Parts: sequence; structure tokens; C-alpha cells
Amino acid sequence: MSSYLIRNAQILGGPAQDILIVDGLIEQIGTGLTADADVDIDAHGLIALPGLVDLHTHLREPGREDAETVLTGTQAAAKGGYTAVHAMANTFPVADTAGVVEQVWRLGQEAGYCDVQPVGAVTVGLEGKKLAELGAMHDSAANVRVFSDDGKCVDDAVIMRRALEYVKAFDGVVAQHAQEPRLTEGAQMNEGQVSGELGLGGWPAVAEEAIIARDVLLAAHVGSRLHVCHVSTAGSVEIIRWAKAKGWDVTAEVTPHHLLLTDELVRSYDPVYKVNPPLRTAEDVHALRSALADGTIDAVATDHAPHPAEDKDCEWAVAAMGMVGLETALSVVQQAMVDTGLLTWEGVADRMSHRPARIGRLAGHGRPVSVGEPANLVLFDPAYRGTVNPDSFATRSRNTPYKGLDLPGRVHATFLRGVATVLAGELVEPGELV
Amino acid sequence: MKRHLVSAADLSRDDALLILDTAEELAQLSGRAVKKLPTLRGRTVVNLFFEDSTRTKTSFEVAEKRLSADVINFAAKGSSVSKGESLKDTALTLQAMGADAVVIRHHASGAPARLAQSDWLHGSVINAGDGTHEHPTQALLDAFTMRRHLNPGLGKDLNGRRITIVGDVLHSRVARSNVLLLNTLGAQVTFVAPPTLLPIGIDNWPCEVSYDLDATLAKSDALMLLRVQRERMNAAFFPTEREYSRRYGMDGLRMARLPEHAIVMHPGPMVRGMEITAEVADSPRCTAVEQVANGVSIRMAVLYLLLGGATLADNHSTNTSEAAK
Repeated sequence: MSSYLIRNAQILGGPAQDILIVDGLIEQIGTGLTADADVDIDAHGLIALPGLVDLHTHLREPGREDAETVLTGTQAAAKGGYTAVHAMANTFPVADTAGVVEQVWRLGQEAGYCDVQPVGAVTVGLEGKKLAELGAMHDSAANVRVFSDDGKCVDDAVIMRRALEYVKAFDGVVAQHAQEPRLTEGAQMNEGQVSGELGLGGWPAVAEEAIIARDVLLAAHVGSRLHVCHVSTAGSVEIIRWAKAKGWDVTAEVTPHHLLLTDELVRSYDPVYKVNPPLRTAEDVHALRSALADGTIDAVATDHAPHPAEDKDCEWAVAAMGMVGLETALSVVQQAMVDTGLLTWEGVADRMSHRPARIGRLAGHGRPVSVGEPANLVLFDPAYRGTVNPDSFATRSRNTPYKGLDLPGRVHATFLRGVATVLAGELVEPGELV
Repeated sequence: MKRHLVSAADLSRDDALLILDTAEELAQLSGRAVKKLPTLRGRTVVNLFFEDSTRTKTSFEVAEKRLSADVINFAAKGSSVSKGESLKDTALTLQAMGADAVVIRHHASGAPARLAQSDWLHGSVINAGDGTHEHPTQALLDAFTMRRHLNPGLGKDLNGRRITIVGDVLHSRVARSNVLLLNTLGAQVTFVAPPTLLPIGIDNWPCEVSYDLDATLAKSDALMLLRVQRERMNAAFFPTEREYSRRYGMDGLRMARLPEHAIVMHPGPMVRGMEITAEVADSPRCTAVEQVANGVSIRMAVLYLLLGGATLADNHSTNTSEAAK
């Protein structure tokens, strides 16, 4: 195994200290540490955060390896400071059996850049009609605990109720993509002032809020855990706040792009802004930021959705929905939440590591940066300023809305169980000492 | 003027008046035995129609031919598009063929904007109707028709004129372009429709909104009917055709309550018996057929000004302002 001595890192933005990593664990934290480590890192000005955990990543493998593979997706994750990602189930074939989730899990193990925790489909083929073999997926090597038909809403109330009840047997959680299908037929962007002017089919906020309202009531009724994917409206925040105030076991996530971008950008008709759920209004962005700050929204999740160029380099109506996000997430969160004074770095660690790991029941991740803990770490330079250049991305796709924009911060290094996957901002072969 | 005409918002008041005045002069051509000018000789204009259209496509084609342009008609049906070719590759093909302008109609809102903003094409892009977004040349021909009836003369605008637009505003590209252009020209627009056929956010548009057609009749200088697509009924936008007709259809009784000088307009095709009775459609106050004729003049003017470039536009501006004096 390898050892690293990280000098003068600010742990969660606190005072500068040295961190000694030996054999996968944080062995010592203190000032003026001396050790004969394999690699000595000057971390002056860098913040040490626990390795980030993403609850919502699309790795596209199996089936759409032209957009992303488990290898390229986890490389992108490492470059973004992630040590664990939940891989969504909408692959080809759908991850609705023990076989497929094990395949994805093993590909993650082999790649070695970050832990891949497959999400199992709630229903067979994501069709919303028949429960998938949730127990078999849990019992597999992948040990699935998060189930989602993401991209499709489990809109049948009975199926949703049964799923919520069933996963209680193995402490699972159903992560719902809240989108009432009839209210969003033909929808292409947020319904509001801009959609009216652009003549694009509107996606009303109420289509998300109505499902969330129903689901929190169902979860409360059966006493289950519910997780709400990519919350995007102010009204959704209010419903989740109300459910939490009732003491119900409801958690929620928000994407980095919903914390920063608004539907005004759609005026360009550039499909890079086409995403599901759609970009909303400035008022919604404000509400989402406040909710993340006060903990109503538990986690930031990327909804990293890679698409090849031909699926985006076209007219709006036929373009695929989604944007990549793993490599820019921490920078966007710094801009939207930290630089605005809404969240401390401790808060960032909570929303991007501790809580997502807890929701996904990922042991070994989301742990504090302290002695004896697994060395899942990210060193981040918050003072860095640079222009986003998608050509430098590790992800196989380039559908980022931030191309050419100046975003703050940069991941300097990422460690997965004491092994560097990124050093000086560049990928390194897991296990390779630089 | 800008290089492209994608939205009515692309037009300043001066641009719009220049097009209307140019169209006024070009309209004289239709009365001549030889209806042709050599203005666009050697220039290639492609009509790129991804959606069926007889009226608009023919109108553009006549306009292009009257200006002596080389015209290529490209219909999506039966073409490489039906084999799965993307808009980008189609555009690159047209670019390689040396298209100086592309007149595009597309079922997707924003397709012309995408084409204009991309580097796929170097020529001008003229929006001939995109999804439920805009149809700027329709708005120009409507304004041209209104000016002829309500405030004739070169250099004149529609300042203070009250225009009522009735029907399916939600799905109407004609309505969106009209409200922008008519405001630019100083007119006051009122939309009349059931609430289900008005877009969310219309409160912030530069117009008034009413659910009551009868209340607007007496104060309308022009009343424009929009086509209601029968398939909308399945989506519960309104209960029955009969109820729609009763509340928002134009008949003889309603026409009689318009001011004497007011005109009734329709972009076509008209659904007789539902939106408009035969009595109104065939009356001398209905300008539907005249609008078709004016469409050719307007499209000639747009092509002439966009492809003629700034020099032509400047010269023309001087001529028309002198004429206006």
C-alpha cells in the first residue's frame, strides 16, 4: 500500500493541518508532522473535504457506451472530487435484475477510480407496471439499497406504495423522479413566461409538486423512506419542508445546475440547456439555495447525464435531455452557495458527502476527516479561477452548459481509500504514485 | 437590418416600415404583364419545408421567382431527412450547394433560430413558421394589410390602432409574431380566447387579454381570427366545437357591431362554420384573400432587403422617405 503526507490543508476550511495517510486510513492529523511518506503534497491554500458522494449519476453502461462508460464516468467523478457514485438504472438493458446491477458494480471495481453503487429500477423495464426483483438486487454483490425509475416517474400510486413498503425489508429507499406524465405531455421547458414567448411546450411546476405531495403522504402512510430526486421548484421545497416538519423520513436532492441556471437561458434555443426537470425561474433558484442552506434539501446530486454530440447538436425539440455535471459540481456549488455566504465548507461536506452517503447507506463514505477513518478525501483549491474547457473533461460527452464560463475552484487531488485517483488536477492510474 | 429574419422582435420600427414601404412599391409589379424583376438574379434561395404548407411555401416561391432568384424546393418528406438526416447535416449540404438564403418552416419551435445561430450556414435564414413560436412574414403581411385599410401611405405606422386577435393564441405562431410587430408599429393589441388557449405568462406580454369577444367588438379597428385546430378538442382545451363557436366565432351579428371602418382578418386556412361564418368570410370586410396577395409583396420585400444587403436597403430607405414627403 502507499502513504501520502498532505501538508497544510485546511480541513473543512478550518485551520491548516497535516494529514498522514497510510494503508488506506487517515493515520495522523496535526501540525508539523514528519513521516517518510511515498508522496509529499504541499496543500497550502487547499481545503480537505471528505470524498464526495453522488446520489445520481448516469454512467450509460451497459448500452450507451458511446455516451459514457463506467470507466470514463468514474474518471470524471474522480476529477470532480467524488469517491462514490450511484449509477442510475436507465441503461440498456435496464438495471432491473441482479445480473445487470452486479455487472455495473464489478465494472466500477475494476476501473478503480471511485466506488460505483448501482441503483436498481423500481419496475421492470422502467415501465411503471410491475415491481422489479428489488430483493434480488439487494441480495446481489451490488447490495442495492436505492431504487429508482429515474427519467420516468412511478406515477401509479399503488405501485409506488408497494415499492415503498417492500424495500423496508432491507432498509431500502425509493428515489422518485417526480413528473406527473399527463401534465407534462409534450413539455420541453419550464412552463412560464419564457415558454409562452418561445412557443415551447410548458412543463408546469405543479407536475413535480403534485407527485411529491402524493409521495410524501404515501411514505408517511406506510412508514417508509422516500428520496426525492432533483427537486426544481419552490413549491416542491415547501412540500418537503412540511413533510420533514411532520417528522416523516423524506430526503431530497438538488442538482448544481438548478442552483445556478434559469429558464431565461432557453431563449437561445441551445439544447445544452435542455434538461429534465427543466431549468426553472430565478425565484425557484433562490428557494432551492435557501432550502439547501437550511437542510430542507439534504444533498447536491449531479444528475450527470452524458450525451454524444449528435444528440445535442440539433434543434431543441429533438435534442436529448440532460447535461454532464460531475467535473463541475463542486465549482458550481462554490459559486452558488459558498461564495454567496449561504453555506460553509462544512456545510458543503455535509450536503455533498455525509448526507448522500447516509441516504444511500454507503459505509466507508461520508465519514469525517479524522484519524482512523478511511482516507476518502478531496483536496480542493477554492481560490482557483479558470474557464471551463470541456475538451479537458474525462467524461466521454461534452454537453456542459458551462463551456467558456469562469467558474471558481478546482479539484487538486482525490483519494479513494488512501489511493490517489487525481493529483495536481490530473487523473492518475489508481495505485500509481506520482 | 439584421442578416436573418427569425422573429418579429428582430425588426426595429424603421426596419418594419422599410419592409412595408418596399412591399408597397413591389406590389405594383403584380399589376404588370411581366411580373418579374432581375434583382436576385444569380442568387440561390432554398425553401426548406419540414412541415406541410401550401399557402406559405407557394407565396415564398412566387416572391423568389418574381425577383429572379434560383429557387430550390426542399421538402422533408421523401428527402434525406426522412432517412434520418439531421438538421445540421441538411444545413451543411445546403451550404455546400451555395444557398444565399434559406426559407425554413419547421414543426419545432426554435429550429430557425438554431440554424441562424449555428455556423452550419452562411446565408440568411428566414423563418417561415416554427412550431408554436413565430411566423414573422405573416405578421408583416398582416400589418401591411392593416395599414392599407387603416392608415394608408408610405412611412405610416399603426399608431393608436386597436387590433383584436381571437382564438387559439396558445398554439399560434401568428399571434406571437403579431403582438411583437404590432407593438413595434404602435398598435394596441387585445387577445380574446378561452383561458385554456392563452399561454401562461401572457399577463406580461405587451397586450390586453379578454375572455369576452362581445366586449371588444366596438373598440376594434381590426379583428383577426386565428385558426382553431380541431384536434385540440381531444386535449380538453374547450368542451365542444359548438360552444367554441358560440363564444368565440365570428358571425354577421358580431360583424355588425364592429366600427364601420373595421376589417376582419384571417391568416387561413379558415374553418367555416366554427371560427367564422360564410357570411363574414365572404363579406367585403374580410381581408383573408387580400392577405394572401399581400403575402407575396411582403416576402419579395424581405428577400430583396435581406439579400440585397445594406446598400440596397439604404438606397431604398432614401427613396421611400422622399416618396413619403
